Amino acid sequence: MNGGRERGRAGFRGLDAADRTLFTGALNPLEPSPDDRPPIVDCRGVSFSYGRSVVLEDVTFTVPRGESLCVIGPNGGGKSTLAKLLLGLIEPDRGRIAVLGREPREARTGIGYVPQAMRFDPQFPISALDIVLMGRLNHLTVGLFSKRCRERARAALDEVGMSGYARRPFSDLSGGERQRVMVARALACDPEILLLDEPTANIDLSIEAQLIETLAKLRERMTVLMVTHDLDLVSAIGNSVLCVNHRVHRHSLPLSGETIKEIYSGRRRLEHDRRTRHQQGDHSACAHD
Amino acid sequence: MTDFFADFLDAVAEVPLIRYALLSGIVSSLTFGVVGSLVVTRQIAYVASAIAHSILGGIGAAVYCSRVYDLPWLTPMLGAIVAGLVSVAVIGWVTLRFKEREDTIIGAIWALGMAAGLLFLHYAPGKAVNMESFIFGNILLTSRSDVVATLVLGVLVFVLVGLFYHKLVAVSFDEEFARLRGVSSKAYYFLLLGLTAMSVVLLVRIAGLILAQALLVLPAATASRFSRSLWVVMVLAVALTAVCNTAGLAVSYEYDIPTGPFIVFLAVGCYALSFLFRRNRA
Repeated sequence: MNGGRERGRAGFRGLDAADRTLFTGALNPLEPSPDDRPPIVDCRGVSFSYGRSVVLEDVTFTVPRGESLCVIGPNGGGKSTLAKLLLGLIEPDRGRIAVLGREPREARTGIGYVPQAMRFDPQFPISALDIVLMGRLNHLTVGLFSKRCRERARAALDEVGMSGYARRPFSDLSGGERQRVMVARALACDPEILLLDEPTANIDLSIEAQLIETLAKLRERMTVLMVTHDLDLVSAIGNSVLCVNHRVHRHSLPLSGETIKEIYSGRRRLEHDRRTRHQQGDHSACAHD
Repeated sequence: MTDFFADFLDAVAEVPLIRYALLSGIVSSLTFGVVGSLVVTRQIAYVASAIAHSILGGIGAAVYCSRVYDLPWLTPMLGAIVAGLVSVAVIGWVTLRFKEREDTIIGAIWALGMAAGLLFLHYAPGKAVNMESFIFGNILLTSRSDVVATLVLGVLVFVLVGLFYHKLVAVSFDEEFARLRGVSSKAYYFLLLGLTAMSVVLLVRIAGLILAQALLVLPAATASRFSRSLWVVMVLAVALTAVCNTAGLAVSYEYDIPTGPFIVFLAVGCYALSFLFRRNRA
C-alpha cells in the first residue's frame, strides 16, 4: 500500500516535464456514454460511511461496456471503498449499484479482481498454477480441480506470458511476475470485467512495461476498471478517468495538467518525475516496502 | 549405535507401554503434520496456542462439577472438548469481528482459560489433581484406546483436508478473493479452528498442552522453510513429527530422560537448524 502511496505522491512536481501531449484535456463531469447498450456498472446516488466518517457521498456514474476506466484520486478519497462496493464486499448506506445488471454480490462471478500482489505472504508455499486455479473455485465442490479447470488456468497463465511459470513457487517470482499471476487468476474467472487495485504499485519500471502490454491486450476484449495512482498507466490503458474524492467526477483523456492539479489538490507530484529521478540515480522518491 | 536401536526395538517388542507410546507418537504425527501446516501457513499459531491453553478451564470445570455435583460421566476429556469448542466459537468470532484488538483479546481468553482451570482444580474437593499430566502430558501413559482415538482423528483430519484442500489453501492465501469466488471464508476458518481444537484436545492426553502446541507448530514451521507447496509441507511435517516422536522416545528410554520435554527439545532443535539453510527466496 505504501508503495502505491509513494507512487501517488511522486506524481505532481514533474508536471511541467511531463509529456504534455498526454495530458491536455478538460474537466468533463459525467459525460453520457456514447454506447447505447446498458452500462456494465450503474451507480446511482451511492453514499457510504465508516462510522461517522463519510467516505462516499451521492456518487453517480456509469461504465459502458468495453470501457477502460481508471479510478484515480487522493488517498482516503474512497477509491478502494468504491471497488469494495462494486465487488459486493460492503453494502452502500444509500443509493443503488448494479453490476452487469445485477446486485454486486450476485455479479461477483463476472468480475476478475486483481488485488496488489505485494499484500500476500511471500513465503506462502504455493505455485503460480495453484494461485491461478483459485479463479476456478466456484467450479469446485470438493476434492481436486477438474482437467478443464486446469487447462483454463494454464491458458490464463499463457495469456499473461507466464506459461513457463506454472510450477514455480510464489516465493521465487519477482514483483512483476507475481502481479501477472494475479492477473492470470482474474482471467481464469472468465470475467466480463477486470477490476485491478493499483496493479503497478511496487513493480520495477522495466516489468511495468510488460504489465501495461498485457493490460492493453486485455482491454480490447473486456471492460477494465483500474484503481491507480500511476498516470503513465492511465495514459497507456485508460480511455476514461473517474476521479474519486468523496464525490466523483468523470474526466476524458488526455488529462490536462490543471486537471491533475485539481484532482490531487496540489499535494502530489507526477509519477513521471519519480521515474526521471529514478533513472538519474536519485532513489529518494522511490517506494521502500 | 546398533546396540542402541536393538535395545529400543526389544523394548518396543516386549513392553506394551513403550509400544503404545511409539504407536501414538507415529499416529499422532498425521494430525500434527496436516493441521500444523495449515496453522502455520494461515499464521494462527497464536490462536492455536490460545485454544490449547483455554481447554484447561474446561478440564478444571469438569473435575470440579463431577466431584461437587457427583457427575461421574463428566470426565476431564469431555470438559476439554466442550472448552475447546467454546474457545473456537469465541476466538473465531473475536478474530473475525475485532481484528484490531485481536491479539489482546485472544491473550485475555488464553489467560482466562488457564486461570479458571487452576481455580476450579484448587476448589475441587477430594484428592489433589495432578496438573502436570495435563500441562506436560505423558506419552508413556497412552493406552490402546488412546492410539485408536488418535488414529480415528488422524483419518478424519486427512479426509476433511483432502476434501477441502483447495478451499482451505485459498482461504489461507487470500480470504477476500476466496469469498468473491463463492467460498465461505468464515466457514473454512471455523473448520480450521475446529480441526485445531480437536487435535489439541485429543493430543493433550498423550502430549500435554505444551507439547501439543509445540508439535503442532514447530515441525510444520520447519517444513515450510524447505518446500514450496502446502501438500509437500504437510508430508514433510508428518515425517518430521514422526521422527521427533520416535527419536525422542528412543533416546529418553535409553538415557532415562523425561520423554515429552525431550521431544519438544528435538522439535525446537530441528527448527533452529533449519535457519542454517537458505530459505526460499522472498
